[in-house]
Amino acid sequence: MKTLTASRMERCIGCHSCSFACSRQVHKLLSWNTAGIRISSSGGLSTGFVAKVCLACDPAPCAKACPTGAMKARKKGGGVLHKKDLCIRCGKCAEACPVDAIYLDLKGRPFVCIHCGKCVKYCPHECLEMIESESTKRAKKEDAL
Amino acid sequence: MIRDYFRVLVVDLATGKGNVAKVEGRNEYAGGSGLGALLFSIYGHPTRPWDDPDQPLIFSIGALTGLFPLMSKTVCSFKSPYHDQFAESHAGGRSALAIRFADYDAIVIKGRAPRLSCLSIGMRHLEVKDVQFLAGKDVFATGKMLRRMFPGSGHRSILRIGPAGENLSGMACINADTYRHFGRLGSGGVMGSKNLKGIVILGDGSFALPEGKEYTKVFDEVYDKMTGTDMMSKYHNLGTAANLNALNELKSLPWRNLQATSDDDIAGITGEKFADETLLRNAACAGCPVGCIHLGFVREKFMEQNQYMYRQVAYDYEPIFATGSMLGVIDPFHVLTIMDEIEKAGLDVMSGGVALAWATEAFEKGLITEKETIVPLAFGDAEGYQKAVYYMGEAENDFYAALIKGSLVAAKKYGGEDFACVLGQEMAGYATGETFYVAEALGFRHSHLDSGGYSWDQKNDSKDVNAICDFLIGDETGRAFITSMVACLFGRGVYNDEQLASCLKSVGYSEIADNMDTIGERVRALRWKMRFDTGYDPDAITIPKRYNEVTTWKGKTDPKFLAELKKEYGNRIRGLVSKEALIRLGLEKNDKN
Repeated sequence: MKTLTASRMERCIGCHSCSFACSRQVHKLLSWNTAGIRISSSGGLSTGFVAKVCLACDPAPCAKACPTGAMKARKKGGGVLHKKDLCIRCGKCAEACPVDAIYLDLKGRPFVCIHCGKCVKYCPHECLEMIESESTKRAKKEDAL
Repeated sequence: MIRDYFRVLVVDLATGKGNVAKVEGRNEYAGGSGLGALLFSIYGHPTRPWDDPDQPLIFSIGALTGLFPLMSKTVCSFKSPYHDQFAESHAGGRSALAIRFADYDAIVIKGRAPRLSCLSIGMRHLEVKDVQFLAGKDVFATGKMLRRMFPGSGHRSILRIGPAGENLSGMACINADTYRHFGRLGSGGVMGSKNLKGIVILGDGSFALPEGKEYTKVFDEVYDKMTGTDMMSKYHNLGTAANLNALNELKSLPWRNLQATSDDDIAGITGEKFADETLLRNAACAGCPVGCIHLGFVREKFMEQNQYMYRQVAYDYEPIFATGSMLGVIDPFHVLTIMDEIEKAGLDVMSGGVALAWATEAFEKGLITEKETIVPLAFGDAEGYQKAVYYMGEAENDFYAALIKGSLVAAKKYGGEDFACVLGQEMAGYATGETFYVAEALGFRHSHLDSGGYSWDQKNDSKDVNAICDFLIGDETGRAFITSMVACLFGRGVYNDEQLASCLKSVGYSEIADNMDTIGERVRALRWKMRFDTGYDPDAITIPKRYNEVTTWKGKTDPKFLAELKKEYGNRIRGLVSKEALIRLGLEKNDKN
């Protein structure tokens, strides 16, 4: 399984095109917040930018913290799927995420990357790519043994 | 978010309270420039001075802000401390999208805070916070402190002023998100007069997409043009700094207070030189994939044993002209050092650099001495300029206090009006010929971007006054519409009429799409009406004698042609607000003021 990876963020110019693409194409919204990837400065604009995006943890602490099973680990490769109809908007997933990759909107709805890769082509500086996750690489190594 | 009226947040700094006003006129004024002028017609007081507490400071965004690439600028409308008339200044950065996602079309700031304050707004909050402890702090220190005081990194905009704004300078800018500016005509001084040190706008909202599939399709079309073709490469590559060499070759780059228009020393300050030696990285305004912001660096040894510090400085054509060629400074790092000092003071770099150029010539001619300037001024002496900039920001003595009101204010007092390079305000970097001199001197914003006068000069050697005025007037209409969207004018190659109409229709603004020409004309007329109502008189504007001495690729200035062109262009501008024109555009009732 491939996952979205912000591997070249030192190239980022802070245009937020990735966030808008996710919000527009995945969530059918216009926003730079309600998206699976969000950009902020890494300590003031003079210091460059960071992407707040799911790192495809395996096991995923957000899924473990979810009391209703709405945030569910993907079967392979790390990362999670969010089932809106099961979500009670408790915010535990966002609290559990170690890298602040889950955004809660003003109504408490969580937004997390689903690793679909739709944002990749909108980055003008190729900061983003779809690559095999650490979890997948590990699994492959284990299979080979 | 997409609505047939304007949702405007009106804040009174005196009380710290605000209200959300519903203002009609979306289909007549679109937004941005049009909305700014409309709100000034409602909230402004044309006959009262610029620093009357009731005068509004207006930030407006456009019909397409946040919806399409490069729809990323905010228009600031205000009564200017520079000429005490209606004015407009534009900035990129993040403010446009922050206002969009706070769900406003405009912010109107009235009143004067009892103490130095910061306004913090978002979709769900409004607060005026005391920041007296930031008094006198430079733009960078202020930004860093405000950043720590308010939440929302990445999705907020921090607008702030430096000492120049607090000292009510007519050339104080509002710094927008560190690297962009509401630069010209003193909007920073208006913030200073309102005791407003900063404005933090949090864009915390999210909206449903326009209905149907058309929007995402049109978005992708525009995005592909902006990123997949070479239509924007000149802005992305060397950036506007590429123009330095081109203008120098055309004998159109002002050097040493416009005593020359070309110089072999250009080699030190070309776009290539800046890119090769100083460029660290590019940055972008939120919502723009082009990334035209070029960040260079300056390194300073502050102590023995190799102790260095460094700073990042955004450069462009105009700042390099104003602090480079205009001041005879030909080392790129020295140029960036002066720009950096200007940034800290919160001065507009073009106005500040050009004013210093006048001061240098006045110093050389003995009209002023170190008694006034404190440090000696000489073309090419970057260290002297660094100190002088600091004194400008601080309004250190009577001389600097006069200089930051405008070169002509200082020249009236000390002499040297003939060589003040002022075309309505301190000139932009285009000594291209008579058309530009007249277009900037009389233009609405006194900006080279009001109309393409500089471009006309570079392509035409004709002295056909009527043809030139037809061009200037015609060009201004389209620009008034684009700045009501509000598109970055760098995107005007992509955003032609057809493209704009298709964007507008895809999000439900069909009525605006069907009336773009009329709206452009109406916006332009209302802006001019506000300008005339606040005292504009084209005949009262003079073009200093220095411009008669300039030689460009077309030869020496023709003073007779210059005078004829100025007279006719002034008449044409008057015609824009004639009774018939106002009736035709439905503006005759707009007579409150």
